[in-house]
Amino acid sequence: MQKEYLTVTNIAGPLMLVEETEGIKYDEIAEIVLASGEVRRGKVLEINKDKALVQLFEGTTGLNLNQSRVRFLGRGVEFGVSPDILGRVFDGLGRPIDDGPEVIPEKKVDINGLPYNPYARDYPSEFIQTGISAIDAMTTLVRGQKLPIFSGSGLPHNDIAAQIARQARVVPSLDEEDKGKSGEKEKFAVVFGAMGITFEEANFFINDFRKTGAIERTVLFVNLANDPAIERLATPRMALTAAEYLAFSQDMHVLVILSDMTNYCDALREVSAARKEVPGRRGYPGYMYTDLSLIYERAGRIKNKKGSITLIPILSMPEDDKTHPIPDLTGYITEGQIILSREIHHKGVYPPIDVLPSLSRLKQKGIGTGKTRHDHASVTSQLFAAYARGKEAKELAVILGDAALSDVDKKFSAFADGYEKSFVAQDVYEDRGLEKTLTIGWKLLSELPREELKRLKDEDVEKYMK
Amino acid sequence: MPKGKIVKVSGPLVIAVGLPGVRMYEVVRVGKPGLIGEVIELHEERVSIQVYEDTSGVGPDEPVIPTGEPLSVELGPGLLTSIYDGIQRPLDIIRKKVGDYITRGVDVPGIDHEKKWEFNATAKEGDKVIGGDIIGEVQETTTTVHKIMVPHGIEGKITKIKSGKFTVEDTVAEVKNDKDSGAAKVTMLQKWPVRKQRPYRDKHSVSEPLVTGTRVIDTFFPIAKGGTGCIPGPFGSGKTVVLHQLAKWSDADIIVYVGCGERGNEMTDVLMEFPELKDPRTGEVLMKRTVLIANTSNMPVAAREASVYTGITIGEYFRDMGYKVALMADSTSRWAEALREMSGRLEEMPGEEGYPAYLATRIAGFYERTGRVICSGTGEREGSLSAVGAVSPPGGDLSDPVVQSTLRMVKVFWSLEAGLAYQRHFPAISWLRSYSLYLDNVREWMNDNVAKDFMECRNKSMSILQEEESLQEIVRLVGLEALSMQDRLTLETAKSIREDFLHQHAFDPQDTYTSMKIQYRMIKIIIKLYNLSKDAIEKEVDFSGLTELKVKEKIARMKFIGDNEESKFDEIESEMEKEVESLIKSSKV
Ligand SMILES: Nc1ncnc2c1ncn2[C@@H]1O[C@H](COP(=O)(O)OP(=O)(O)OP(=O)(O)O)[C@@H](O)[C@H]1O
Ligand SMILES: [Mg+2]
Repeated sequence: MQKEYLTVTNIAGPLMLVEETEGIKYDEIAEIVLASGEVRRGKVLEINKDKALVQLFEGTTGLNLNQSRVRFLGRGVEFGVSPDILGRVFDGLGRPIDDGPEVIPEKKVDINGLPYNPYARDYPSEFIQTGISAIDAMTTLVRGQKLPIFSGSGLPHNDIAAQIARQARVVPSLDEEDKGKSGEKEKFAVVFGAMGITFEEANFFINDFRKTGAIERTVLFVNLANDPAIERLATPRMALTAAEYLAFSQDMHVLVILSDMTNYCDALREVSAARKEVPGRRGYPGYMYTDLSLIYERAGRIKNKKGSITLIPILSMPEDDKTHPIPDLTGYITEGQIILSREIHHKGVYPPIDVLPSLSRLKQKGIGTGKTRHDHASVTSQLFAAYARGKEAKELAVILGDAALSDVDKKFSAFADGYEKSFVAQDVYEDRGLEKTLTIGWKLLSELPREELKRLKDEDVEKYMK
Repeated sequence: MPKGKIVKVSGPLVIAVGLPGVRMYEVVRVGKPGLIGEVIELHEERVSIQVYEDTSGVGPDEPVIPTGEPLSVELGPGLLTSIYDGIQRPLDIIRKKVGDYITRGVDVPGIDHEKKWEFNATAKEGDKVIGGDIIGEVQETTTTVHKIMVPHGIEGKITKIKSGKFTVEDTVAEVKNDKDSGAAKVTMLQKWPVRKQRPYRDKHSVSEPLVTGTRVIDTFFPIAKGGTGCIPGPFGSGKTVVLHQLAKWSDADIIVYVGCGERGNEMTDVLMEFPELKDPRTGEVLMKRTVLIANTSNMPVAAREASVYTGITIGEYFRDMGYKVALMADSTSRWAEALREMSGRLEEMPGEEGYPAYLATRIAGFYERTGRVICSGTGEREGSLSAVGAVSPPGGDLSDPVVQSTLRMVKVFWSLEAGLAYQRHFPAISWLRSYSLYLDNVREWMNDNVAKDFMECRNKSMSILQEEESLQEIVRLVGLEALSMQDRLTLETAKSIREDFLHQHAFDPQDTYTSMKIQYRMIKIIIKLYNLSKDAIEKEVDFSGLTELKVKEKIARMKFIGDNEESKFDEIESEMEKEVESLIKSSKV
């Protein structure tokens, strides 16, 4: 029987101070029994002699000083893993909330995980087809990558995430020698971690996974907007612990979606403020970079292991500002970013991906001969350049009027429109193969004068531009 | 030794009492798991310790054991091709021992103590030696001879020395002097405290460029061997790619690459790629001259702080052998953030942006360890250590304290611009904002080794680029038509410098590296065309004719010309002359 303390002396924000403790360890979990009998969980943030500073995941509302009993469990926060977690829905702290049976864990794992040894990592290089042209062609996703979606309030990032979850798969290359090969039969799973999203949003995902049958191979961790904010600090770690188990013990290719990281960061800020730490930019703590990298770096591949973890964190940029600390620090850790644009969204284009500031840093290792198609790099680089030029021309036309544009510029301007309308735009349920994506790209380019298309190779032009 | 006791644990900071006599920067073993920690503050009874491993599960009353030694690295044969964590634990050995994850309390020496090396004595019995003198050699890798030096503090006459197969712990020589009674035993293993600069005899001013193969660097903003540089920029602007390029292609003898608080996959990339790449000069595998230090962002924060010191100490050690060493640190911001985090937990008075007041001193102390030196020991052996640090300011804002403190120290500033990266102009090094303070230092070398008019071409190109900036302002206001033909030529030429010279694709097998010779031919051709065109304009040749020269196509492709195809440049030059000549002729009729 563990010792119970009745010595809570201070409660402030999500924090509580327990005194006269003995043998308490840093980072261990505490269980707090309220006067009502309700049990909450917390973890030790700091231990100074006999004083333990505890952060409560479910908040301190309703707690009082003399009736709260505290037990320390002598271990960190854990999640019980087993193959049975597939198809299940948990709360943000890993407790089932779907009326299903208790999960009997194969083992319990500390949710903080351990850092992968960089020497053990395998470099991600396998193309994942999402069926979304703007991603597959321009900001290619590869297995084991961490590629966030930078979004804003009111933009359809959830639809995109759900579409990726529905459609993502590994396909053979389109080269002659790989023709007719089918994609390998592999085991897939989706792990979804919701932090502070609305009930409707969460339901949207759950229903979508149900409808497509994907729910069978999905694990959901749901912390809603009206759930305790501090619990969110555990949710992505729960999700990644489940993902690591599925990937590296069960050989599955796991796609992890975390939404919305902005809510996670706000919870981090709340704890930091309660600790009266020196605030960093916009009040976020100075260690937020490290904290986020402990989450994001759990994506990847490991040598000699079949499975993989591909991570798509979603975050809403406050005021659509890319230099806000949340997108900024995320961009410093992830391997590129997919940026959604309000302007493109207003034009009625779905998905409103702005390819110009978007980037996949692992693209060059995942495309080309043997991986996708030999012309993938050159044609997309040309599309990128032409679109950039078209946008420039359009800007110029706004200032100086259409008449100021040369004939060539007019063609580029038209190209930019066409590019958004027929290349980027597609239906939420359209699973567009890469071959079709590239065909559309070539077709759009064929409207432009050949001498302006310096990035294309003659033999490809011959082959694809007819 | 007396055992101390933990009183407080707050993340990587542990406070202990009961350690009288413990010294600043002494290594201690913390708690039941025996975690590695380092004393960073002494306050009467209370000792503040930064712990290099995760402190979860550690609590008050657990023991703290002093080791009596400062945080040190092991130096000797076996360093090259290694990959270490921030405190010199070999990651490959850790993986062998404990698997794919980094667990706590793993104890492994920095270099293999059992491996036998072929030691070749180059000194003989009776020779008088002092600290730093080379007494023998080990062929460590096919590219590099590891010089065995007399450790500092030992001097006298060699009484015994023999060649043969030895481990790094075996005695290879004995040195005796009149003051001490016994003879000092010299092994191939030295230990050195990472926070202490290794001594040298004299520092000289730098004179030779570190040739990197990146055109915007070598031609426009060169760094010297023994020099310092920094590369700040927002995320995704190309810091890591530039540092990787330096690590791959620089003409240094030894490369130390420190991945400090950055991505795991980037280290994997280096690990997988370097063994496949060959040095364009020697044809040898690049990994054989390289030491990697990887303390990625998800590894313990405190070790991030140590990693840059571990790196630079290894760099100094090879410099002492007389080698030209180049160190890259990606990213020094993460190191500074580790300082900030510890400082915050120590409840020190925060300075700018929460960084401690000593940030600038620490940064200065790091870059001060570079330079071109006369090595310790007898004779005039010269070695150099250059360092380049990436800086990752929040939002790419250069007013960041880490950027500013760094700029006060380093002599080269490669300013990455988000706008250029956005247009996919790589390397996104701004030609207007960057600078190198080594231009005067390397001028003579360039004259002697590249071409007499190389610097002239460089300066001309630079002024054309600057002129472009102001001309573009005019174009924006009143349109291109307002410009004179000469000005339009300037714009055309600037465009050619940007696209045909500065733009360089790191992932293209040919374009990735350009030798000085070829860089010169390229820039020379652009300037020559400019001069020819200028002349033609004076002879009233129609400007549009000049923009449509057929040779321009070839100029656009000259980055793909290899070192052994130099004649192609001659062809371009003569074609250029002929084309402009005929334009002049036809405009006369
Ligand atoms: N010289 C280059 N040639 C081609 N592509 C480049 C070059 N430099 C950068 N890039 C492109 O830009 C991407 C980002 O570069 P890099 O990883 O070096 O950025 P960074 O400044 O280190 O970012 P972070 O601060 O997030 O680490 C690369 O993945 C690559 O796609
Ligand atoms: Mg980088």
